[in-house]
Amino acid sequence: MANQVNLKINGMAVTVDEGSTILHAAKKLDIHIPTLCAHDDLCVAGNCRVCIVEQKGLRTLPASCAVPVFEGMEIETNTLKVRQARKHVIELLLSEHKQDCLSCYKNGNCELQNLSSEFKVNGSIFMDLVEDHRYTIDRYSPSIIKDDSKCVRCQRCVRTCEELQKVSALAVSGKGAEMKISTFMDRPMVEVVCTNCGQCINRCPVGALVEKDYIDQVWDAIADPKKHVVVQTAPAVRVALGEDLGLPNGEIVTGKMAAALRRLGFDSVLDTNFTADLTIMEEGTELLLRLKGALVDKNPKVTLPMATSCSPGWIKFIEHKYPELLPNLSTCKSPQQMFGALAKTYYAQKINVDPANIVSVSIMPCTAKKYEAQRPEMRSSGYQDVDYVLTTRELAIMIKQAGFDFLSLPIEHTDSIMGVGTGAAVIFGATGGVMEAAIRTAYELVTGREVPFKDLDIMPVRGMEGVKEAKVLLENCVPAWSFLNGAELSVVIAHGLVNADKVMKMVRDGNPHGWHFIEIMACPGGCIGGGGQPIPTNIDIRKKRTDAIYQEDANLPLRKSHTNPEVTQIYAEFLTEGPCGHKSHELLHTHYTERVGY
Amino acid sequence: METKSLNRVELIFEPCEGMDATLASVFKYSNDEITSELIDSGLRGRGGAGFPTGLKWKFTAATPGDEKYVICNADEGEPGTFKDREILAKVPEKIFVGMAIAAKVIGAKEGFIYLRYEYKFMLKELQEHVDLFNDMIKGYLDFKISFRLGAGAYVCGEESALFESMEGKRGEPRNKPPYPTISGFRGKPTIINNVETLAFATMIIKYGAERFKSLGTQDSRGTKVFSVSGDLPNAGIYELELGMTLQKFVDEFSDGDAKAVQVGGASGFCVPRKKFKDTIIGFEGVPTGGSMMVFNSSRSMYNVLHNYLDFFVEESCGQCTPCRVGCQQLLKGLKAVKKGEKPESYLEDLLKLSRSMQLTAKCGLGQSVGNSFASIVENFKEEMVY
Amino acid sequence: MYESKSLVKALADKYGRDSEALMPILQGIIAEHNYLNDDAMLNIAKELDLSAAHVFGTASFYSFLDHKERGKFVIRICRTISCDMKGKAQILRTIEDTLKIKHGETTSDKKFTLLETNCMGWCHKAPAMLINDIPYTELTTDKVIEIIQDYQNK
Repeated sequence: MANQVNLKINGMAVTVDEGSTILHAAKKLDIHIPTLCAHDDLCVAGNCRVCIVEQKGLRTLPASCAVPVFEGMEIETNTLKVRQARKHVIELLLSEHKQDCLSCYKNGNCELQNLSSEFKVNGSIFMDLVEDHRYTIDRYSPSIIKDDSKCVRCQRCVRTCEELQKVSALAVSGKGAEMKISTFMDRPMVEVVCTNCGQCINRCPVGALVEKDYIDQVWDAIADPKKHVVVQTAPAVRVALGEDLGLPNGEIVTGKMAAALRRLGFDSVLDTNFTADLTIMEEGTELLLRLKGALVDKNPKVTLPMATSCSPGWIKFIEHKYPELLPNLSTCKSPQQMFGALAKTYYAQKINVDPANIVSVSIMPCTAKKYEAQRPEMRSSGYQDVDYVLTTRELAIMIKQAGFDFLSLPIEHTDSIMGVGTGAAVIFGATGGVMEAAIRTAYELVTGREVPFKDLDIMPVRGMEGVKEAKVLLENCVPAWSFLNGAELSVVIAHGLVNADKVMKMVRDGNPHGWHFIEIMACPGGCIGGGGQPIPTNIDIRKKRTDAIYQEDANLPLRKSHTNPEVTQIYAEFLTEGPCGHKSHELLHTHYTERVGY
Repeated sequence: METKSLNRVELIFEPCEGMDATLASVFKYSNDEITSELIDSGLRGRGGAGFPTGLKWKFTAATPGDEKYVICNADEGEPGTFKDREILAKVPEKIFVGMAIAAKVIGAKEGFIYLRYEYKFMLKELQEHVDLFNDMIKGYLDFKISFRLGAGAYVCGEESALFESMEGKRGEPRNKPPYPTISGFRGKPTIINNVETLAFATMIIKYGAERFKSLGTQDSRGTKVFSVSGDLPNAGIYELELGMTLQKFVDEFSDGDAKAVQVGGASGFCVPRKKFKDTIIGFEGVPTGGSMMVFNSSRSMYNVLHNYLDFFVEESCGQCTPCRVGCQQLLKGLKAVKKGEKPESYLEDLLKLSRSMQLTAKCGLGQSVGNSFASIVENFKEEMVY
Repeated sequence: MYESKSLVKALADKYGRDSEALMPILQGIIAEHNYLNDDAMLNIAKELDLSAAHVFGTASFYSFLDHKERGKFVIRICRTISCDMKGKAQILRTIEDTLKIKHGETTSDKKFTLLETNCMGWCHKAPAMLINDIPYTELTTDKVIEIIQDYQNK
């Protein structure tokens, strides 16, 4: 146990661990100190100076987020001196912040707005500095809008991009009045190493970094009688959407969401879970084929370990930073893109609609999916396979705009076909989930038996640890896979690109742990912590969403991808050569592009 | 209060008798003797902040750790300050020896001199001196001095910003605590001293504390090297005993027409003529890193303040709100008052802001912008208005 | 535009490839070319395994690590108060007239760039300027014309 330190805040005694900050100690006493640059997921910055307090014996007012406590320390958080200085700090922030709050995308969900409301800064005496600065609004990225006129220089985005994602597409540039957040040479985000993961958006306290929204385009499509609008929803959306609609963190809203989508006017309400299950069939088969190629055929062209490819932020990361390892990536498209390719082929045939008139919309916890949908490779159907990608947040906005009460909606189900998913598909939303789903199916395929874990719950691959390793022994295999008899499948799982980077470094340096299969999700916690999920985010919120994901899995009657009847059906009717067959390759697999490293 | 007359002293610029002899004369003392002597001397940091040097060394020595550093801060960037360049040019050996003594006390094997880029022209010659020194010190201590070059950023004179810069980053001041005595360069215990402080440390250890202590006042012991510029016939570098009044200084150096003296550079205080007599130069009065800028009655104090604020708007590192935005507001507001776009009463609002900056800025730069702003606006309000 | 790959490599061989080498390497480029171009910053990022945005962000903090194209001789006139009081404006105008450029600009033959800078520590010998690394002090209009002419012949 850490040494204990006793101090007083506002006259109240409190004891905390040595090394705690004043802010932390105040929280323990339920004393609220306003903050702006501080974020639970990030290292201390201490640069906004909103959280200043008075410390006995000190002439200046220290930032409570940055100063460690000491024995006998005496702190006051609400003196005249503190209030006046804090108000000045907030007013200064406002003076360099473009205050078009009414038309701002973050209106109503802005930490600076909350602060100025709390401190009643109406009538600030300071002069407007926004127009003195040369600022740019970068709208070129299909995923992210960066508006420097809104930026308060808290550097949360810079810390996120560096500490959580090891990308550092964003850095601080210039100094003094010229100091700002920049990409390399202020190039557009779409030209640099940015993975579009959107983690910066999740942490930006203001409207300086927001998703590019496609809400109006989707409303237009819905309103167009010639168009048949299909919608798919990713697994992680259903455990987070409620947060933006008045429900607590981690509430499962699968049924209400289906009802809401229908009421919004989508013609077919389908589920990405279907293609998540399909991904397992394709990716699981690809893995087994690679294992066979390497172990039996000794084919030097076969690359192992194989890495998952469902996370488009991760794809862009490896394309920029480890292009030499692109052959390690599974060639499978992400579930979103498999869905898109099938929606305008298989599904169009099934419902007898000209694919030219199908508008394919996906609801994703992710901003990188917006970029992914616009990649030139993603047109296997002859059209752009997915037309519009909305984040969980955008869907919540549409629901609010539509004006019905989400909470009182009935529980409904998605349409069939392409609307059924198993529990294995749901867990794609949490780190380790793809791995767990793949093992549930691959193990059974190879051995003819269910995975030897209680209730199919493969606990070693679950949890919030940055890098997780597991081994699965394959024994008594069925004849087709007898060459795997006695083999131990070695897997590793990473979430957050900083952890992906650690794993890829090891792969590059010769894969000393002998991994066969790697799951990587760009975002902390996996898709439940995606860049398109409701704001705010922190480890507790992500844990609640994760719990909900596993709850949803446990609730479902089918929990293994290969038991999905719609999956069986599509291989019988459409992808008749089976997983990794010719048609699969045409529609469900892709290739990757080496990109410049900045 | 105790005041001194103007007294020119040659302590720091006293010619060196040769590096080897100096080394021999200081290396005979134990570490405890050295820190005690320094504490006894009353030497306080000559960069401007004035922290007692002996205590800094003692604290750093007491911090556990095998890897420690001695750094000489030669990033002299305060407007109106140029004395470190002179010390570097004339008596570099005293700086090197000072660093070596510090290294001995704390057990450092490496020392660095962070030289501002503007003094790069001196580097070649200084490097030759250091090479000689590095050879010579081998007989006493496992210690080596190297140079690191700044690249044009005033804030890097702030010690933690200087470490950041040396580590290859933007020179942004760190959160404190921890202080350098605990966590400095590369996160290790570090002694960082100004050029002049290190040279004085050498002289104090060589001659004993008494000679230094006998000069100056209770709070401001010894002499100080002043950078004297502005409206006066003999601008230059002068070593003077601390504790004189500003009147005595002006009597000596000014042409008789001084209306104000800026003590301590852009981040220091402006003293108007009527306060010359009551202002002591030293830690008990107006502290200074050595910059003394004299303004005659023909000068516009508005222009002076405008110049300082231009400087701060540009040289703030920009990370903390009060400094980054506050400097811009002070400048824009001042200009607006001068143009008549804002009422005279707006100066009061700006003064309040400058006081908030003193309280809330992350480092000494932002905290001290208010010094010159308030002292100029309060003393020369009539020059600031439309 | 210049090519920097071999220079960056040579500097990294000399100063190392950890993050502390960044400043000396940037300074080494400046010593050679007077400014950092995109190619140089990208090569440094690659050589030191840093993000390019970080290299740019760091360089842009320091006024001597220019990332805009500069001439062979970069003139920096001190604009701080002592120099300002001693006729800096006139010196600046004289140079502008001599080189036919405004401050902030580079001559069309890429020989001179004219900039202002903050206090360079010559207040007692104001006004002062730097040409590349060399200080010139106690400037007069005549003196400065002479200095510029000298450089024009270099």
